[in-house]
Amino acid sequence: MSDYNFAYLDEQTKRMIRRAILKGLAIPGYQVPFASREMPMPYGWGTGGVQVSAAVLTPDDTFKVIDQGADDTTNAVSIRRFFQKTAGVAVTEATSEASVIQTRHRIPEQDLRADQILVYQVPIPEPLRFLEPSEVETRKMHALEEYGLMHVKLYEDISQHGDIATAYAYPVKVEGRYVMDPSPIPKFDNPKLEMAGIQLFGAGREQRIYAIPPYTQVVSLDFDDYPFQPTKADHACDLCGAEDSYLDELIVDDAGGRMFMCSDTDYCATRRKQGHVGAQGVPYKEDAA
Amino acid sequence: MYVAVKGGERAIDNAHAWLAEERRGDTSVPELSVAQIRTQMTLAVNRVMAEGSLYDPDLAALAIKQARGDLIEAIFLIRAYRTTLPRFGGSNPIDTEDMACDRRVSATFKDAPGGQVLGPTFDYTHRLLDFKLAADGEVGDAPVVAHNQTATPHIMSFLDRENLIQSEPTGADIPDDLTRTPLELPASRALRLQSLTRGDEGFILGMAYSTQRGYARNHAFVAELRIGAVAVEMDIPELGFAIEIGEITVTECETVNQFQGSKTQPPQFTRGYGLVFGMTERKAISMALVDRALRWKELGEDNLGAPAQDEEFVLYHSDNIQATGFLEHIKLPHYVDFQSELELIRKLRREAQDNISREAAQ
Amino acid sequence: MQAQVLEGGFADLPIDASYAFRAVMTAMARPGDIVDVSGAKPPSPMSVAAGVVVLTLCDPETPIHLALSHDMPQVRDWITFHTGAPFVAAQDAMFALGAWDALSLADFPLGTAEYPDRSATVIVERQSLSHDGVVMRGPGIKEKTTLSLPDTRAFETNAAQFPLGLDFIFTCDDRLAALPRTTRVG
Repeated sequence: MSDYNFAYLDEQTKRMIRRAILKGLAIPGYQVPFASREMPMPYGWGTGGVQVSAAVLTPDDTFKVIDQGADDTTNAVSIRRFFQKTAGVAVTEATSEASVIQTRHRIPEQDLRADQILVYQVPIPEPLRFLEPSEVETRKMHALEEYGLMHVKLYEDISQHGDIATAYAYPVKVEGRYVMDPSPIPKFDNPKLEMAGIQLFGAGREQRIYAIPPYTQVVSLDFDDYPFQPTKADHACDLCGAEDSYLDELIVDDAGGRMFMCSDTDYCATRRKQGHVGAQGVPYKEDAA
Repeated sequence: MYVAVKGGERAIDNAHAWLAEERRGDTSVPELSVAQIRTQMTLAVNRVMAEGSLYDPDLAALAIKQARGDLIEAIFLIRAYRTTLPRFGGSNPIDTEDMACDRRVSATFKDAPGGQVLGPTFDYTHRLLDFKLAADGEVGDAPVVAHNQTATPHIMSFLDRENLIQSEPTGADIPDDLTRTPLELPASRALRLQSLTRGDEGFILGMAYSTQRGYARNHAFVAELRIGAVAVEMDIPELGFAIEIGEITVTECETVNQFQGSKTQPPQFTRGYGLVFGMTERKAISMALVDRALRWKELGEDNLGAPAQDEEFVLYHSDNIQATGFLEHIKLPHYVDFQSELELIRKLRREAQDNISREAAQ
Repeated sequence: MQAQVLEGGFADLPIDASYAFRAVMTAMARPGDIVDVSGAKPPSPMSVAAGVVVLTLCDPETPIHLALSHDMPQVRDWITFHTGAPFVAAQDAMFALGAWDALSLADFPLGTAEYPDRSATVIVERQSLSHDGVVMRGPGIKEKTTLSLPDTRAFETNAAQFPLGLDFIFTCDDRLAALPRTTRVG
């Protein structure tokens, strides 16, 4: 352990964050202002998620961090180490073993259980921000449930491109009331927002916390004639052969050759352990990982 | 066959080791001490204290050393450290009238009680590189002139006596603390000033400059700029009186600005205010100008749509730690989002191509 | 100051508070779930669970209202010593504590249209707490659940004001359950 308090933050700060989390759960999809603290990592690098995790973690937790679906990306490594050091929690890369998962840009492929908590890092929590830069105005729009601007934007996309041109951070309506930014997850992940686990969203720089309780209705905005479609690359994973997972595209040679692999590294590894092999994969060996 | 890249942990460790080596630099050159930075890079130390919102020259110097001279990085180190400090209480407001002034100038009166004190200023230096400094920076003692040590009254107080300057409300209310409560708009002037004093010097300077060039011009004169040490006192409930807990150096700038008056009010000057830790006069003057620009609503002025008048724009974008973090985060991997856009644009192009082929066939 | 006032706080504050919050959060996220808590020994008539909630969430920044059932010196002194939360009238309360009949719900802040989170969290002390009761539905509940509630109408009225409204925590001995404003009863 270290000289710092359990999970780094002082108790008064944790209480403040905890109160915001409870109000967030009580008003699903509503952005609760909180006095975000300066963390020892930069704003924009997950300080909101880190503060929420710090307020939620207990010594019994097993913590997992993913960035782009992967446990071994550098920022995920950095955050995982931070809590290993300051909270002394166990860590894992296995989704099924984790009790708290902090994520940037993905929801794990494997369905989360009721005893699991998913903490999102959020850059811009306000779904209306790109349509209306003023916080004073967007807060009013939420208060009045005035979401016409968002529908107009989506419709303009359709008239201009023939399709809704939002591929990630695709807005949702929570429990029929608040329009919410699900953080920059690909819209492929949107259907997973209705889950058994508790979902908490932390935006540090923007000083907002919001939440989705389990089994809460989360609907991706769409139109009757242009229904929402979760999309992914039209391939199977070249390593594990999965056809149902979100894929990363890699450029593998100078000729611009491509290969596709699961963005969720644990999902891919688990499948390969189970004997699944993709078009360019090799059978899993314990020491090869 | 493809093997996914692993090794994020080792890469991070190695990067940290390399960073430490780069910080130290050429080991044949003596290492810089924190004391050297604290005493010879004082203006850098002052900026780090001001924007770090923590008055501690030793820690600021340490942060500058650790940050390899990157002041925003040093400010970040101080801010992150500051967050972990317990709060024992609040001091009484400092009284700048009792300042022991190292510098005190007024642009509005040729002379005034307390006099004009230039102090250690760059103002009238000729900006010629001093090559002698490269060889030897030792200097003789500056001449000491006997200085009137009594309190130096604020220039504004003379205008105040004639009712020529708008008076500001005084009160015992404790304003909200920007670092403890989330910013809510419209913000009180106290919160705006808190935000400006810890805001990025470059940003505040740019905003102030824009008002001078005509974006919400408010005709500012520096009524007074004073720099010096003030006592910090705190009420101790157990004792029943205030005791001095320390001394800090601050820079205070009061501007006097034009005001047309209105149907109900006779013409009166208005003011802008800047107060910043340390010897930081560029920042303090900039702060006063921006403060004044942000006051358009309470002074019944027109909103000219100028950036410096837009409270939300100024307050949400002045913090360099927030700004730099968010700016630099775009170098983190975004390939999941990029992939989703890639799929979308391929789909849109495919559909567009199909439409063209279909039309051509018809 | 009486010894009783000084005692009964968390033995290991950061750790005890972390477990306590997880329990409270689970209850708020899953209305109707009854969770066990421990670590506080508040003076009577406060339950262990109410003590845990107060220690976990209250501090000098959270004005608290004590209903008549709980507005007594030993409770005030204990809360003051362990949290520093200021005592206020119902309309200024961020938290409220009391028996159901002693709480005047109409007086508590419900939040505003722009800030619905600025509403009171009401800690209701109960003689019993079980799943033998009213059907509840809403966010956090898979289809439906049941909980022994002190009333039905009051919660219907509260839910009808969504997104404004009060959020409730029911405490009984060392157990608690919650009912946020989103829960539909009956």
